[in-house]
Amino acid sequence: MEAATAQGASPGGFRPLGKRRRRPGEEIVRALLFVAAAISVLTTVGIVFALVEESVSFFGDVGTRFFTDTEWTPLFQDPQYGIWPLLNGTFLITGIGILVAIPLGLGTAVYLSEYASPRARRIIKPIIEVLVGVPTVVFGYFALTLVTPVLVQDLLGVNIQFNALSAGVVMGIMIMPTIASISEDAMTAVPQGLREGAYGLGATKRQVATKVVFPAAISGIVAAIVLGISRGIGETMIVLIAAGLNPNLGVNPTEGYATITTFMGATAKGDNPVGTIGYESIFACGLTLFVLTLIMNMIAIRFVRKYREVYE
Amino acid sequence: MTPPPPAEAAVAGTAVGRAFDRDAATRRIEAAFKYLLIGCIAIALGTLVVLIVDIVIDGAPQLSPSFLTDLPSRIDPASAGIGPAIAGTLWLMAVCAAFIIPVGIATAVYLEEYANRERWHNRFIEVNIQNLAAVPSIVYGILGLAFLVRGPIGMGRILVAGGLTLGLLVLPVLIVAAREAIRAVPPSIREGSMALGATRLQTIRKQTLPAALPGIATGTILALSRAIGETAPLIVIGASAFATFTPSSPTDAVTALPIQIFQWISESQDEYKLQAATAIMVLMAILLAMNAIAIWLRNKYEQKW
Repeated sequence: MEAATAQGASPGGFRPLGKRRRRPGEEIVRALLFVAAAISVLTTVGIVFALVEESVSFFGDVGTRFFTDTEWTPLFQDPQYGIWPLLNGTFLITGIGILVAIPLGLGTAVYLSEYASPRARRIIKPIIEVLVGVPTVVFGYFALTLVTPVLVQDLLGVNIQFNALSAGVVMGIMIMPTIASISEDAMTAVPQGLREGAYGLGATKRQVATKVVFPAAISGIVAAIVLGISRGIGETMIVLIAAGLNPNLGVNPTEGYATITTFMGATAKGDNPVGTIGYESIFACGLTLFVLTLIMNMIAIRFVRKYREVYE
Repeated sequence: MTPPPPAEAAVAGTAVGRAFDRDAATRRIEAAFKYLLIGCIAIALGTLVVLIVDIVIDGAPQLSPSFLTDLPSRIDPASAGIGPAIAGTLWLMAVCAAFIIPVGIATAVYLEEYANRERWHNRFIEVNIQNLAAVPSIVYGILGLAFLVRGPIGMGRILVAGGLTLGLLVLPVLIVAAREAIRAVPPSIREGSMALGATRLQTIRKQTLPAALPGIATGTILALSRAIGETAPLIVIGASAFATFTPSSPTDAVTALPIQIFQWISESQDEYKLQAATAIMVLMAILLAMNAIAIWLRNKYEQKW
């Protein structure tokens, strides 16, 4: 009976004509399918367990120095365990990325949703999806071998190889499609009646786009930006290749910076046996990263729900 | 100037625009705003073009049949190749596909055809998949490192561990695509089947899944093409960069195309960076081919109900 109501196909539910026969095969398959679906939950449990288990021994050794130290040198003779330089690098580079991605992404979204003909949309959208599919190691190559020499070394005249600026700019290109597609969805979901009402009052196309559609879609747009930030924070390869490995508390974008992800990547590449502080520090950084992106994602989901509630 | 088809364009461009006969300044601002938006798209697409051209200029000269089969060399960049890296990537794909196809489809079928949304555990599974999709890829590397490579299973740095790690990473992509494909099959197909006396399982096997297959296949290819380009999780589980032999079974050491690319980029010699560009060309070619197949599948078998 429960299954019949879940299907919700016929009003009033199914009434079995004869006696209902048990079908053990069907029940077994149902159970197997549930097990498959539970794998995703096990994945989350596994991630949390792995991160917490090693982090507990890390924090057992390090304690609050994770928050009180101002340097991050866990592999040195005289180790320092302050997470701030890594957080600083992460947010500086993500900040540059998001500054590039917001105008490009929102501009693209407004054009596709309000201006583009169906034909233009059919051509532009797949090309932007190609950008999503570019592996980040390729973006890293681009940042290191083209953006750094041209933008930082030639244009700005700073003779440095690893820097936050080119990593951030290229990260912006990587984030841009995320912001564009989610905020375009939000703008397309704005009811046509709002636009027509505005046109009826004599608004121009630009006014409709910026003063009616944009504010009406704002919660979806905020969600898009938050998800973009979350992608930037979790991005590894661009930063690992182009931004260097130097824990840095500064704000000068033409210097090298380490981030949470680059420390994890670089440390995992080296040889750190289980139980060493180096091995555990990878997990402590992973936990920090996981918590940061989880918070971002929850904020984004909340914003997405909000705009769905209004118009559906 | 303005293309007429969409309804809103007709309202804005002709009826309202002419009726009030806007002054020149307003029209200039309107046009400037439109070109500003087009500029945003142009920058993004222009970057893509520059990126591809840059890589082809750097990489094309080294491209040769022997590059695709040779071993990577630490001594002589000129004779280095990506044979082991390609073999490693193919093995990773095979393991990944063998894992995600059954699990992904089963999860999608469960959530679409069986799960009662009123039950908390079903809602929990859905929210969980949503959250998993946003977990950074490097964190999946930690999962693989802690459970597959070391820890309880402890299989070591082998291709199976790498493939499963990538599989867990891209599983949400396939689940979401498969669910959409299943949801697109109209209820009338199911009702018709059940009205003819088919059981729920028979309906799923004989009607719903075959009808949803093109969408599921497309989703599988997209999930695999995401897995193929991932580097960070493989670095964390300890993929070796300079494979000295070509992997011939899934229990050989992990190596993969993106790992090889990363290793060459990290070398200080410029010759190696050029090798990286050539390997990127190969990787991008594989990705483009996979995406082309996905688009072709979608167009060929897409059904309008």
